[in-house]
Amino acid sequence: MTQATLSRESQLSTAPRGERSLAALLRLLEIDTRLLGMVAALAVIWIGFQVMSGGLFLSPRNLWFLSVQSASIAIMATGMVLVIVSRNIDLSVGSLLGFLGYTMAMVQAVWIPNTLHLGFNQWYTWLVALAVGVVLGALIGAFQGAIVAYGGVPAFIVTLGGYLVWRGLIFVYQSGQTIAPMDGTFALLGGGPNGSLGEWGSWVVGALGCVAIVAVTLNTRRRRQKYGFPVRPIWALITVLAVGCGAVLGAIWIANSYPWPTALAHQYAIAHNIPEPAGGLQIPTGIAYPVLITVAVALVMTFLATRRRFGRYVFAIGGNPEAAELGGINVRRTITLTYALLGVLVAISAAVQTARLNAAVTGLGVQNELDVISAAVIGGSSLSGGIGTIPGALLGAVVMQSLRSGMVMMKVDSPTQDIVVGIVLVTAVGFDTFLRRRGK
Amino acid sequence: MTQQPPLVELRNIRVSFGGVVAVDDVTVELHAGEVVGLVGGNGAGKSTLMRVLSGAHPADAGEIRIDGRPVVIANPRDAKAYGIETIYQTLALADNIDAPGNMFLGRELVTRDGSLNDDAMESATRNVMSRLNPNFKNFKTAVGWLSGGQRQAVAIARAIHFNARILIMDEPTAALGPAETAQVRSVIQQLKTEGIGIFLISHDIHDVFDLSDRISVMLHGKLVGTVKKTDVTTDEVLAMIIMGKQPGQVTQRDLAELHG
Repeated sequence: MTQATLSRESQLSTAPRGERSLAALLRLLEIDTRLLGMVAALAVIWIGFQVMSGGLFLSPRNLWFLSVQSASIAIMATGMVLVIVSRNIDLSVGSLLGFLGYTMAMVQAVWIPNTLHLGFNQWYTWLVALAVGVVLGALIGAFQGAIVAYGGVPAFIVTLGGYLVWRGLIFVYQSGQTIAPMDGTFALLGGGPNGSLGEWGSWVVGALGCVAIVAVTLNTRRRRQKYGFPVRPIWALITVLAVGCGAVLGAIWIANSYPWPTALAHQYAIAHNIPEPAGGLQIPTGIAYPVLITVAVALVMTFLATRRRFGRYVFAIGGNPEAAELGGINVRRTITLTYALLGVLVAISAAVQTARLNAAVTGLGVQNELDVISAAVIGGSSLSGGIGTIPGALLGAVVMQSLRSGMVMMKVDSPTQDIVVGIVLVTAVGFDTFLRRRGK
Repeated sequence: MTQQPPLVELRNIRVSFGGVVAVDDVTVELHAGEVVGLVGGNGAGKSTLMRVLSGAHPADAGEIRIDGRPVVIANPRDAKAYGIETIYQTLALADNIDAPGNMFLGRELVTRDGSLNDDAMESATRNVMSRLNPNFKNFKTAVGWLSGGQRQAVAIARAIHFNARILIMDEPTAALGPAETAQVRSVIQQLKTEGIGIFLISHDIHDVFDLSDRISVMLHGKLVGTVKKTDVTTDEVLAMIIMGKQPGQVTQRDLAELHG
C-alpha cells in the first residue's frame, strides 16, 4: 500500500506545490480532474440560475424537462466524440436527423397504414419505423464515411454536402408537408408522462444501476489485484461507490418527485376509476424513456470507446494516423465505422425528436449539428484529434441545454441566448486549451 | 557443413517516388545474431530501403527472401508475421495513448469476449520495461507526456516483446542523452546474443563501428558496398559515404579532403 502510494506520489512531482495535496487526493480516488472541472462548471451554472430564478431552476419539474431536452443532442454527441477524436467532423447530423425523422414518420403514418393497407397502430409499427431509420442511418453514415476514408475527400466537405443533400431530400416526401400523428407506441419514445418509467420502474432501474456500479468497480479492482497493480485504498473505494450510487438514486428520486400534470392525472383517475384525494392524484413521473435511451447509448458507447479494439483504434488514429497505419490498423475501415455508428445514433435521436413532437416537420434537426459539435467540444473533445470522452460529451450536452433552458426561464430572447452560448463555447474551449498548454 | 541461408536477403530492390529513384537496385543480407550497419548521407535511401522490409512502402522491383525463401511483404502486418519488427526514427507512437496501449497497438490482448485486456497488457509491459528501463513507472500516462528516452523505451519494448527475429532500428539513439544511448547499446548487444538479426540505420559513424559486424554504405540510392567492420577504418567508411569510393581506392588526397 505504501509502495503504491509512493509511486503515485512520484508521478505528481510536476504539479505545483500548493495543488499537490488536492491533486494527490483526486489521484487516489482515480477521478478524472477534467471531468470534475466540468461538473463544477455545471454546478456553477445551475446554482447561478437557481438564485436568479428565485428557486425555480432546480425544481424537480425543471430538472425533469432539462433531462428530456438534453437527451437528443446527448445521444448524437456520444458518436460525434469518436468522429472528432479520429480528426474528422460531421456537419450533416442535423439535416440527416431531419431526413431520417421524416422517413420514419412516412413509414408509420403513410407507408404501413396507407400504401400497404395494414392500418394504423399495429403492434409492429414502431419497431419497423425505428428499424428502417436505424438501418438507413447506418448506411448513409457509412456512405459519407467511405467517401472521407476511401475517397480522401475532406470530412468537412463531404458532410457539408450531406448537410445540403439530406435536408433537400426531405421535400421528396409529400413536398415537405408536416406528417402527424405518430404511432401510439412510437410516440412514447419522446418522453412525457406516459413515456416515462413511473415510480417503481425508476427505482428498479436505479437499483440495477447501483448493483452494476458496484459489480464493475469491484471486478476491475479484483483484476488489478490479481496482477499486483496498485489499487485505490479502501476508504477511496467506498467513497467512489457511495458517490456513484448516491448520484444514481438521487436522480431517480428527483424524477419521481415530479408528479404528472394535474389535468392528466385527473383524466387518469377518471379512466381508471380511482377516487381523487384533495389536491388531485399525485402520480410520480419517473425517468423519461429518452433519458433511459441516452443512458443506455452512453454505456454502450463508453464500452466501445474504452474497452474494445475499435475504440482503441479510433484514439490511435487521432493520436498519430501514421503510427496506426504502421501498427497494422485498418484506418479507413475504422473511420467509415465511426460515421456509420454516428448515423445510427442520429436515427435514434430522430426517433426521439419526432416522437416528442408527435410529428415530422421540415425544420426537424435544424442547427443540431452545431449543438452536437458544441456539446462534444465543451465536453473536452479536441478538434485536432486524439482527445475526447463520452461522459464529457454528455456533460457538454447538459451544460448547453442548461444555459438555454435557464435563459428561457429568465425570459432572455432567442438572439441573446445565441450570443451567450457562442461566448460560452469559445470561452470554455479557450480555457481548456490554456490549461492543457500550461500542463504540457 | 552446409552454409545456412541468410536470415534476410533484399535482392535488387528498387523504389521510386514519381521520377526520383530513391533506392536503385540495392542488395543486402543479414544473418542471425548479426548487426548490419546501414549508413549514408541524408536522402541516401537507407530509410526507404528499410521501409520496404517493414512493409511500410512497397518496392517497385526486387525480391525479399527470408531463410532463403522468397516472401511477399505488402503491409506492416505481413512483416510482423515474419518476425520483422521496426523501431522507426519517428518512433510511431500514438501520443495520446499510454505505454501498454502503444506496445500492443494493432495486436491488443483481448479477453474471451473480445474486450481489451488492459491488465494483461500492462503486466506484459511492466515485464519488458523492467529489463529495458527499470526506472520506467508511468504505465498509465499518455506517452506524449514522457521524456524522449522513455518514449524510445516504449518503441523498443514494442519491437522486442513479440519475439522478433529481425529488428530494424532507424536512428535509435538520435534523440537520446548519453546515459540512454548507453542503455540502447547494451540492449542491442543483448539482442544480438539472443540470435536476433539487426539492421541498424545511423548517422553516427562511431555507433555503427561499435555495434555492427558489417557495414553497408548507400549513396544517392545506390549501394556503394558492404564491408566487414574489422577490414576497414572509419576514414575508409567515411570516404564511401561521402565520395562513394571503395576501400583501397582512397588516396592521401581524398583523406586530406575528408578531414578538410
